[in-house]
Amino acid sequence: MAAPMKATVTVTLKNGVLDPQGRAIESALKGLGFEGVGDVRAGKIIELELADGTSRETVEAMARQLLANTVIENFRIEMP
Amino acid sequence: MKAAVIVFPGSNCDRDLADAITKVTGTAPQMVWHAETSLPEGLDFIGIPGGFSYGDYLRSGAMAARSPVMQAVVAAAGEGRTVLGICNGFQVLTETGLLPGALMRNAGLNFVCREVRLEVVNSQSIFTSRYAAGETVTIPVAHHDGNYFADEDTLNRLEGEGRVAFRYAEPVNGSARAIAGILNDAGNVLGMMPHPERLIEDAQGGTDGRRMFEAAQAALG
Repeated sequence: MAAPMKATVTVTLKNGVLDPQGRAIESALKGLGFEGVGDVRAGKIIELELADGTSRETVEAMARQLLANTVIENFRIEMP
Repeated sequence: MKAAVIVFPGSNCDRDLADAITKVTGTAPQMVWHAETSLPEGLDFIGIPGGFSYGDYLRSGAMAARSPVMQAVVAAAGEGRTVLGICNGFQVLTETGLLPGALMRNAGLNFVCREVRLEVVNSQSIFTSRYAAGETVTIPVAHHDGNYFADEDTLNRLEGEGRVAFRYAEPVNGSARAIAGILNDAGNVLGMMPHPERLIEDAQGGTDGRRMFEAAQAALG
């Protein structure tokens, strides 16, 4: 049996939206002695198993209606 | 005033809110479970309580906003029924689109749980008519995601239209323009992070929250 079709939706905060978690990660990395770390932004990855033939438009609709809050977040879809 | 309080899995201020409504209005609200697809007939007032609906999965309020009962609440708000969302309830209301903007992680990253001073900005609403504009009241907050965000145009519109109900009078969570509570354009929906239901009688240490429920009852009968 073939592996199910998968889509990956990456959700990140929009530019211009302050990301306090990214800031904290940035400062922790610097605290650990890593140099040259610039802006850090944290996001989330949502992996979906989908029925074969599910369209990108359908996944986009999922992202708009639930997976991302487009007031503050952007999303990127990767699928075959 | 015929009231209902919506209960989601993970709500934890639903009974406090019901208690406040009961003590102020003399009538207990109906508790409505999230899986209901309709609301009781003839409601005047719908309360969306604080807590951690659906464990704050995905985003605070995101799952609750898509629950069956919230479709009915959105429709009821559209008919002009009064809706008050407190804390997680505010997050739910922004996620449904009934209120603009979003509530993000507190700028200091910490969960903030203490009494804060608020400035009453709009004292003309169904919810705030028993306060004076410019008055400072003290009401507790308890949240991790109370950092209000909206784009500049939206913030200007909220301020220009008198839709900022409360502002923090001290640093709390990094909210844009110190916004603690906002109204929808029709004025029948209020979302706020502070918890007025926690200060309705002296035994709770103060009564600054009580006037909100008195105002609603006076407006709604």
